[in-house]
Amino acid sequence: MSIPDNSKNTASDSANDVHARSVLLAAKSINKNFTEKRILENISLTIEEGQIVTLIGPNGAGKTTLVRIALGLLQPDSGAIYHRPNLRIGYMPQRVHVEPTLPLTVNRFLQLANRQDKALLSNTLKDLKIGHLEGQQLTAISGGELQRVLLARALLRKPELLILDEPAQGVDLAGQAELYQLISEISDRHRCGVLMISHDLHLVMSSTDEVICLNHHICCHGKPEHVTNDPAYLNLFGANASQNLAVYTHHHDHEHEIGGSVKERNHD
Amino acid sequence: MIDSMILFFSTNFVLYALVAGISLALVAGPLGSFIVWRRMSYFGDTLAHSALLGIALGLLTDSNPQLSIILSCLVFAFLLTLLDRRPSISTDTLLGILAHSSLALGIVVLALADSVRVDLEAYLFGALLTIGNADLIWVLIVVSLVAIVLSVFWNDFVSITVHAEIAEIEGANVNRLNLILVLLIALTIAVSMKIVGVLLITSLLIIPPAAARSMAFTPEQMAVRASIIGCISVVLGLISAFYFDVPVGPSIVVVATLIFLVFYFYPNVLKNRN
Repeated sequence: MSIPDNSKNTASDSANDVHARSVLLAAKSINKNFTEKRILENISLTIEEGQIVTLIGPNGAGKTTLVRIALGLLQPDSGAIYHRPNLRIGYMPQRVHVEPTLPLTVNRFLQLANRQDKALLSNTLKDLKIGHLEGQQLTAISGGELQRVLLARALLRKPELLILDEPAQGVDLAGQAELYQLISEISDRHRCGVLMISHDLHLVMSSTDEVICLNHHICCHGKPEHVTNDPAYLNLFGANASQNLAVYTHHHDHEHEIGGSVKERNHD
Repeated sequence: MIDSMILFFSTNFVLYALVAGISLALVAGPLGSFIVWRRMSYFGDTLAHSALLGIALGLLTDSNPQLSIILSCLVFAFLLTLLDRRPSISTDTLLGILAHSSLALGIVVLALADSVRVDLEAYLFGALLTIGNADLIWVLIVVSLVAIVLSVFWNDFVSITVHAEIAEIEGANVNRLNLILVLLIALTIAVSMKIVGVLLITSLLIIPPAAARSMAFTPEQMAVRASIIGCISVVLGLISAFYFDVPVGPSIVVVATLIFLVFYFYPNVLKNRN
């Protein structure tokens, strides 16, 4: 008899394959409808310690819905979500609207997450290079600065898992690359898992371990290099997207000489 | 003039009015700030109007009027929260219907119960100067209770107001906190009926925070300054009611509104003077 004994833990039972301690979050066969419209169909995924999982997909593909279900903010129609017991999650929502009648400095906003640990607050501000914003009103800072402040708030919970809904939105292109680099460094340093939504695969490629391409169902998933060559991905994003990607993944077929002129390489 | 003023403030009923008004203004600052931040002023109005129905029902059943006001406010607050969780028509419309139907129903019931003569005007516009021992004790109990709960849950209340979902992920029980906040508002409205009346209660809650907005950088500053403005309005309102021989409740609201207008049009009026 070699039937594995799964009876000890019903939560891990339902979320299948959750045996290793390093699994932070697992979703098993998630289905979700909104008024007859199928939003998510049979979605399964796992996130382990130190792993960065990126969700990509067109608008209306159900990315935010999936993230909200993973967070426990929304109940799936069927399927199960497993969180490692006492999992600390840092969450960065897609948008934060602060009422103009509510006066709120960046510092006070961050203190909502953690009032005690002043050292952690000042270190986080320094790490994210937003120390100079502390006294400013949350409504007065730029989109890119706001994203960093939101990331800081998520980090103040000392998260084991970061869930980020389009962290780079409203950030200029140079800032986006920097932000994704920062997220990757944070994940390395704190050994925390990351689940994030992104539109720009070419920007997150270097800092993601697993890409899930979502359009109501999982079209394809795997390492970024693998996904970009997948017909389902190309079908969803068009040849244009893969050309953008080529900028970042193409093999150098030439070299530059000292003077700058191009020297063709011999192909095998 | 000064002598008569001193005499005025040393009389029992004026002292009672002063203590009741100031203690109410102290909690109305922070509580009213939440009403402003969460855009609940219409909600407050609805609760206040339903209080009149509470009075009417209390008179019919011959129960303690203060207790029946508090109960009816709490019940209405609870119902409104439940309705808000599964909106079938817009909250705005729903509140409008409930506010005015309960006000109308309250007045109709009061008119039918002609066995008791009721001073309707006192309930609509307040009768601060008729406050007695029992009323004052009610105010003080409720105000202390509200102040304690507010200070215990302050950070949580601010957090769910700024962003409910982040707060929930961080471990706050958003639904429960919402309900507690709404019940605090209901309690405060219930005891302030005697002071400013059904029609003016919301203004006492929202005008001081609105006046304090322009000179606040954090939620705490706004709440504290709203309390101070509320207290000033109560004192000046009482004085001018005495001086001009006008009703106290409306006179408090007029003073608060004047303060609001000054800060609205001259947000730097205090800074310039320093």
